[in-house]
Amino acid sequence: MTRFNAWNVFKNGFTGQKNWDRQWRDPEPKKEYDIIVVGGGLHGLATAYYLAKNHNKKNIAVLEKGWIGGGNAGRNTTIVRSNYMMPGNHEFYEHSLKLWENLSHDLNYNVMFSQRAHVSLFHSPSARDDAARRYNIMRLHGTDGELWNLDTLKNNIPHLNYDNARFPILGAAVQKRAGNARHDSAVWGYARAADSLGVDILQNCKVTGVQRSQSNIESLETSRGTIKAKKVGFAVAGHTSVLWQMAGLGNLPIESHKLQAFVTESVKPLLDHVVVYGVGGAHFYISQSDKGSMVFGGDLDWYKSYAQRGNLPIVQDSAEAAMAIMPCLGRIRLLRHWAGVMDMSMDGSFFICKTPLSNLYLNAGWNYGGFKASPASGWYFADLIANEQPHKHVQNHNLERFEKGINIDERGAGPDPKLHG
Amino acid sequence: MIRIKCPYCGERDHSEFTYGSDASIKYPALDAPESEWTQAIFFRENIRGMQKETWHHTNGCRLWLEVERSTITHEIKSVKACHPQIEKITKSKL
Repeated sequence: MTRFNAWNVFKNGFTGQKNWDRQWRDPEPKKEYDIIVVGGGLHGLATAYYLAKNHNKKNIAVLEKGWIGGGNAGRNTTIVRSNYMMPGNHEFYEHSLKLWENLSHDLNYNVMFSQRAHVSLFHSPSARDDAARRYNIMRLHGTDGELWNLDTLKNNIPHLNYDNARFPILGAAVQKRAGNARHDSAVWGYARAADSLGVDILQNCKVTGVQRSQSNIESLETSRGTIKAKKVGFAVAGHTSVLWQMAGLGNLPIESHKLQAFVTESVKPLLDHVVVYGVGGAHFYISQSDKGSMVFGGDLDWYKSYAQRGNLPIVQDSAEAAMAIMPCLGRIRLLRHWAGVMDMSMDGSFFICKTPLSNLYLNAGWNYGGFKASPASGWYFADLIANEQPHKHVQNHNLERFEKGINIDERGAGPDPKLHG
Repeated sequence: MIRIKCPYCGERDHSEFTYGSDASIKYPALDAPESEWTQAIFFRENIRGMQKETWHHTNGCRLWLEVERSTITHEIKSVKACHPQIEKITKSKL
């Protein structure tokens, strides 16, 4: 694999940049692998990469039913942040953010990580107190976080609705190291890096059945034939329940809901932060992509669904939220909107854990937060598969936590998946 | 927009309703072991296909309805009141 560096870009300039190698191979499936990761999204690819890199594992395959990064990896709003406060979560997401900070160098692939600050507006004194509590907890654990008063906020983002908002803006809770990354780059970077360490990335390879004995998985039936596996990891957020039931394992603490995102036409530089607005029922987050499009998202569609298309009331809600905080967007035109299927878990936190089968491992339940989590998700899932022992940061992110009463409910919303937005 | 045929108000946009949850959940006896309660409260079949679910007609008659809906196409097969005797009660009042 030719490394990307200034010299190679210069050299290939003489031949019109046409002689680069293939970025990753398109291998035929082998009969058997030591480790199969089902799901060629960011989590699956990152897992395969860290299995090969951190744990020196060989003979790994990633199975993807469509093309890599064609699921939720391509259906998010690319926000990376670590403003979590529950034990387990803050260590995990902070590690993820640290991995993002060095990811382009690590993968030798520009993931365009831009630490442009995540600015979460508050609109009442009690919301400010709540933000102060959360951000103080973060600071006590070594994550950056600060509160901006109205003057600081106005200096940084002058064109929010400060004049006649229904809920006047009082300030913002800010994480400066947070920001955006380019979703496709992260997928391609992980795929290329994993492939160069010998991982087979098998696209158009849909799992159609799971052959198992009483206590473990023997092989996977796929659209490209039967493949035996010594260890299997599921990383198929959105459709985890479907695969889980294919393996005959019953119910999960997960419901599949869909979440929409929106992209407008490109405009000149307008917003160089990620801005989040949440009041009452509204929930809205917006940033501007490198191409100039405004990228934003809102709430779930509020009913369970596996359909990858959104409904109109949420389009309207999101547009109303946009107008509430940035009235200057009033004439901008929407180019595209889409919906991704989320694993909404019962407490809003994820699962990286062992399962009732001895050689099956589960990575699921990413709710709203899968994109930013993907480097750490791969890191700790690879650690679990290699060492068969959960790392202490994810020791409670298992399926037994509900019965034990140690739910990791960041939002305090209770056992209703749709409320963990 | 999904259109839900409320048996009392007629066919309405789903934005008038609030989605509840899986309607097939059966709660165990109060003194049942904790594992049964954990299953009922936290674990879901999460069907990909036709499922029974509850919707509340929040901005209408405010009844809880049991809806059979596909989670792939959103097609609705049937709608009825959740409470088995609600029809008798409402008819006698009318």
